[in-house]
Amino acid sequence: MGHYVPHTDEELAAMLASLGLATLDDLFAVVPAALRLAGGLSLDDGLSEADTLEAMEQLAGRNDRLICFAGAGAYDHGIPAATRSLPFRSEFVTAYTPYQPEVAQGVLQALFEYQTLVSRLSGLPIANASLYDGAAATVEAVNLATAAAGRETVWVSGGLHPHWRAVLRTYAAGSGHRLVDVALRYGVTDWSQAADGEKGAPGALIVSSPNYLGCLEDVAAARQAADRNGARLIVAADPVAAGLLRSPGEQGADVVVGEGQPFGTPLSLGGPYLGLFACRAEHVRRLPGRLVGETVDTEGRRAYVTTLRAREQDIRRAKATSNVCTNQTLIAICCMVQLAWLGTGGLRELALRCARATRYTREALLAIPGVEPLAPAPVLREFALRLPVDPHVVVDRLADEGFLAGVPVGVANGVTGDGGDGLLIAATERRTRAQIDAYAAAMEKVLA
Amino acid sequence: MSSGGDTTAVDAAPGGRARSAPLIGRDTEPTIFEMSVPGRSGWSFPRTDLPEWAPEELVPAQFLRPAPLPLPEVSERDLVGHMTRLTHRQYSVDLGAYPLGSCTMKYNPKACDEAASLPGLAAIHPAAPAGLIQGWLELLWRLGDALCRITGMSAVTLQPPAGAAGELTGLLLMRAWHEAQGRRRSKVLIPDSAHGTNPASVTLGGYQTVTVPTDHRGLLDMAALADRLDDDVAGIMLTNPNTLGLFEEDIAAIAAAVHGAGGLLYYDGANLNAILGVTRPGDMGFDIVHLNLHKTFAVPHGGGGPGAGPVAVSPRLADFLPGPLPAQAADGSFEWMTPPRSIGRIHSWHGNALALARAYTYILLNGGDGLRRVADGAVLNARWLRQQLAGTYQIPFERPNLHEFVASASALKQARGLRALDVAKRLLEEGFHAPTIYFPLIVEEALMIEPTETESPQTVAALADALLRIAADDGDDAHQAPRTTPVSRVDEARAARVLIPTWDARPEAETAK
Repeated sequence: MGHYVPHTDEELAAMLASLGLATLDDLFAVVPAALRLAGGLSLDDGLSEADTLEAMEQLAGRNDRLICFAGAGAYDHGIPAATRSLPFRSEFVTAYTPYQPEVAQGVLQALFEYQTLVSRLSGLPIANASLYDGAAATVEAVNLATAAAGRETVWVSGGLHPHWRAVLRTYAAGSGHRLVDVALRYGVTDWSQAADGEKGAPGALIVSSPNYLGCLEDVAAARQAADRNGARLIVAADPVAAGLLRSPGEQGADVVVGEGQPFGTPLSLGGPYLGLFACRAEHVRRLPGRLVGETVDTEGRRAYVTTLRAREQDIRRAKATSNVCTNQTLIAICCMVQLAWLGTGGLRELALRCARATRYTREALLAIPGVEPLAPAPVLREFALRLPVDPHVVVDRLADEGFLAGVPVGVANGVTGDGGDGLLIAATERRTRAQIDAYAAAMEKVLA
Repeated sequence: MSSGGDTTAVDAAPGGRARSAPLIGRDTEPTIFEMSVPGRSGWSFPRTDLPEWAPEELVPAQFLRPAPLPLPEVSERDLVGHMTRLTHRQYSVDLGAYPLGSCTMKYNPKACDEAASLPGLAAIHPAAPAGLIQGWLELLWRLGDALCRITGMSAVTLQPPAGAAGELTGLLLMRAWHEAQGRRRSKVLIPDSAHGTNPASVTLGGYQTVTVPTDHRGLLDMAALADRLDDDVAGIMLTNPNTLGLFEEDIAAIAAAVHGAGGLLYYDGANLNAILGVTRPGDMGFDIVHLNLHKTFAVPHGGGGPGAGPVAVSPRLADFLPGPLPAQAADGSFEWMTPPRSIGRIHSWHGNALALARAYTYILLNGGDGLRRVADGAVLNARWLRQQLAGTYQIPFERPNLHEFVASASALKQARGLRALDVAKRLLEEGFHAPTIYFPLIVEEALMIEPTETESPQTVAALADALLRIAADDGDDAHQAPRTTPVSRVDEARAARVLIPTWDARPEAETAK
């Protein structure tokens, strides 16, 4: 097939003739014969649109859609029709990076508004135009903070999402950053246990609040620990929590990162998501990725453009602050629309409703014999429980009852990871009392 | 209107020309913050029947914010109006041709959007056990298999969320492989025509970039390559066809030389569109390949993302791939598997999964036969367009190009001060997006033009007409362009000098405090 190549046979022949060529194969005479693929690609021939969509529906039909009590950085929030439709207007979807600002004011202004919203969520003045996901934002924050401090060691809270820590480790193989895990105690980071070891004094500290176990961390204490060591402070924050909690910037963060998925992006098997990134003004020239700024056109009208471009890979090449080129603009626009739909009152209400559902779920489960909190620290929208049955088994059995029960979590030496110590459970504003009651009843049956 | 001499065998009459009328959004759109009215709202939440605890009952007081976080307070109707008016100030592939070289701005089939929005794909939690997501695992496994067949490689990770992330993944694979051979190497070779992400990724991968010049042919300088190859070279990163749109005809000799020095070959898949079904990186001798699914496989660019940058490798590198990967068990079911010597995760979850679903849909729609037709159309359009422009714009290298070509405005600049930038801005007035300009760096006043296969001959002819008209000295002051766009030329220097990165940073906001 080739539904999307519009040329008629006559047009192909005419164009080839004007080039002095006889066949389409002649276009590739520059490819040495020994390298030519004989017989074409070993793929089936193309399908009609209807047959293709039927095949995709069959695949989609073999995924189980359950009532979701899983979180772990990916949350089952409602997405209003406005957010489902507006960002997906084709002018946003099928544009590219705004290299020509005169015909890209739509994307540029949406990103400018997005940056403003992320700045407010984080409590810091500078926000970039998005990164791939929370993990990528954390990697970039480490690059920025260690460069600013001139030191390569990073103290990483054991409460940072284990997958984000894993991505940090992967990148560290290239960057040479020395990562030191700092253990949790009673569910929150115990900075007093951290000390300069053979890896030297830290250039940066990373704390997550709420952390992977859902516990609220004392960001001010992390700031003090950073100050004691002359280090920069990176805070990984849940942006929904900003509806109720003090902003990390206000509490002393140098860089705030986060996962923007809760604002208008479906669970999507984990992507595309949205890396939120904000920093203090003094770090703006180390900012990774794109930054949109307001300016004027030749007639003095308000206009927007990507700015401080000398930081970026296409100009600075090997000395760029980051290699990021393509980012997550469309997901950033989803986030911007969702936050505007929520508004001041809606964001507070969203956070409050998540907290209420979380408390109700937690109390219902703790009433089951043998169920205990995994950590005693206060939580907001997610919590971890120790169960009398292997949590992997619990997840499998509750799936039969129609629930995605949560995400099994391990805590080894105060550092969170995959494992069987407990079950991490989240309840969003979508969970009703009836759903939670049914979930708790099913859990009680499975644990009995 | 002529398309240049007597080569207009193709009918350039109106009809099917994918160019936009001037965008209509010429009035400045206020920001969403200016539209805010305290107390206005549009949100609603589901009824839950849960107890209505107050914040103080839920969270210790020291954590609570003293005042609500200020967000725009607008009605849904005003939000819809705002976003819709913004789209009227935005050019896109769906509006018209977008010949942005090296970005492969082809039409993105609507069926792919529909597939990616299926609730059975979109509503699935990434931590759900494998037994509950067999459809997703099979989709990812089949996509990986197809990408291996297309590239001639044997294993693939779908995790990298963009091309640059794929590059870094590839460099970390290179590093891990060398270390497994018990050696450390410090340099990576890159042609001087390479994309900026290449050297930036090399730095992040912990290597030093060594630049290899382009020769008079527009191809990698073989003598310079030989000079730079030693036992400290970890590998070479190449785009083939290169960023000039020219096929590196010496690739077999390059592969032999680099492999002979103990290095690996990395294929930057930015230009894979040109060779689909014609030749494969694996057959050329490459060890590591990243693909830009948002270029070659029609994942829409989203105003700058999300994309997807899978990395495929030859057998000797398969054990190092990031995990977990989708794998098929003996009983035909699918599961996650992490390779034994994996370099680790590169993404929070499994990559930009919905973008991957779009790419798989595109591959099903096209099939092996359709993908070859893609390459045919892409190369034919680019070659024909170059023929129309040659003589008016300089074509710095004579060899036949594949899917894109680089033209130079240097003669126009000398003759009457018409720079590549001016040509680009004039083209916006003509209802087309501009080409990539001032890249690659080795060509003066470069215009890098990639029409893609989805534009009709009529559209390509209209684009040629526009570029020729711009070049003709018609007394028009191109420095004033663009004049028909939502804003005229934007003051980029001022944006950097007086940085206003948020609404709250505007001088007025400072005064208001």
